[in-house]
Amino acid sequence: MAKVLVVTSGKGGVGKTTSSAALGAALAQTGQNVVVVDFDVGLRNLDLIMGAERRVVFDLVNVVQGDAKLAQALIRDKRVDTLSLLPASQTRDKDALTPEGVERVIDELREKFDWIICDSPAGIERGATLAMRHADMAIVVTNPEVSSVRDSDRIIGLLDSKTVKAESGETIEKHLLLTRYDPGRAARGEMLKVDDILEILAIPLIGIIPDSEDVLRASNVGCPVTLHDPSCAPARAYNDSARRLLGETIEIVTPSEKKTLMSRLFGRKVA
Amino acid sequence: MSLFNFFTRSRNTAPVARERLQLLLAHERALSGKSDLAAVLQEEILAVIAKHVSIDREKVNVKLGQDGTMSTLEIDIEIPQAAIVKN
Repeated sequence: MAKVLVVTSGKGGVGKTTSSAALGAALAQTGQNVVVVDFDVGLRNLDLIMGAERRVVFDLVNVVQGDAKLAQALIRDKRVDTLSLLPASQTRDKDALTPEGVERVIDELREKFDWIICDSPAGIERGATLAMRHADMAIVVTNPEVSSVRDSDRIIGLLDSKTVKAESGETIEKHLLLTRYDPGRAARGEMLKVDDILEILAIPLIGIIPDSEDVLRASNVGCPVTLHDPSCAPARAYNDSARRLLGETIEIVTPSEKKTLMSRLFGRKVA
Repeated sequence: MSLFNFFTRSRNTAPVARERLQLLLAHERALSGKSDLAAVLQEEILAVIAKHVSIDREKVNVKLGQDGTMSTLEIDIEIPQAAIVKN
């Protein structure tokens, strides 16, 4: 049965779009039929991260408003043929999405795909609540930083109250994805530790993505990091997270600092 | 920045972040979404009690709280002496 997964955070810039693209590609590579839906109407970026920006003809708003058929708006990835993208609109206003229209599109997507990954906009307004509305499960993307953790807490509250699942008395499955984690700074007590964040937010961890230059390198060329360089640390962490989503049990390893000779000598990371 | 500060300034700021978050979120969780529930409960509890004893609406206090993993519902109703004597 199709799973609707929302990737959300409250705070902007923590890595929702990067994570949606990376997890979508990782799931698709296991043979699952995956669509990643950009809900950030007005500020679409998923197409750019996935390298499909020049292939957008119709978008989510066109489909919601009945101006285009779903099949016309879906863009199939050129690298992984089980991966598709439903882009957001760039120009229209945020009220272009209606709850009924979104429900219809999600129902239609459920028939075609195994995974529907909804890339939520930042904030707690309409776009974010519509992205989470029909979700079966949620990934809360959090940076080890106070404002991100606070906003994640708000989003968890919304997931537990404003989703269809919550309103019908069921619980929505929630997972924490910790991104931009810098093991060196955490070890030096400069950054919130994994256990601190888990204790505060009290939802299970699905993965820890280390802060890495590889993520920017992949986005520069419009390729999900899991496809760009599957052997780099963030790609491996995303791949493991995707397999955990599929129900596999893989131990979560907290990234550790690479010790160079200089850092061993001086006890600090040398840039 | 003085040389003294440079050497003594603590880099170990994560515990402060953790403590500030724990305090703040405990407070915010108690407020968010639950204020509606407290108001509804207050109205309904009031209606039930008012059927049997006349009470002063001002003397009813319904409070939802959270302490760690435990949630509490506190209901404080002052019943006037006269109402009890009458029954």
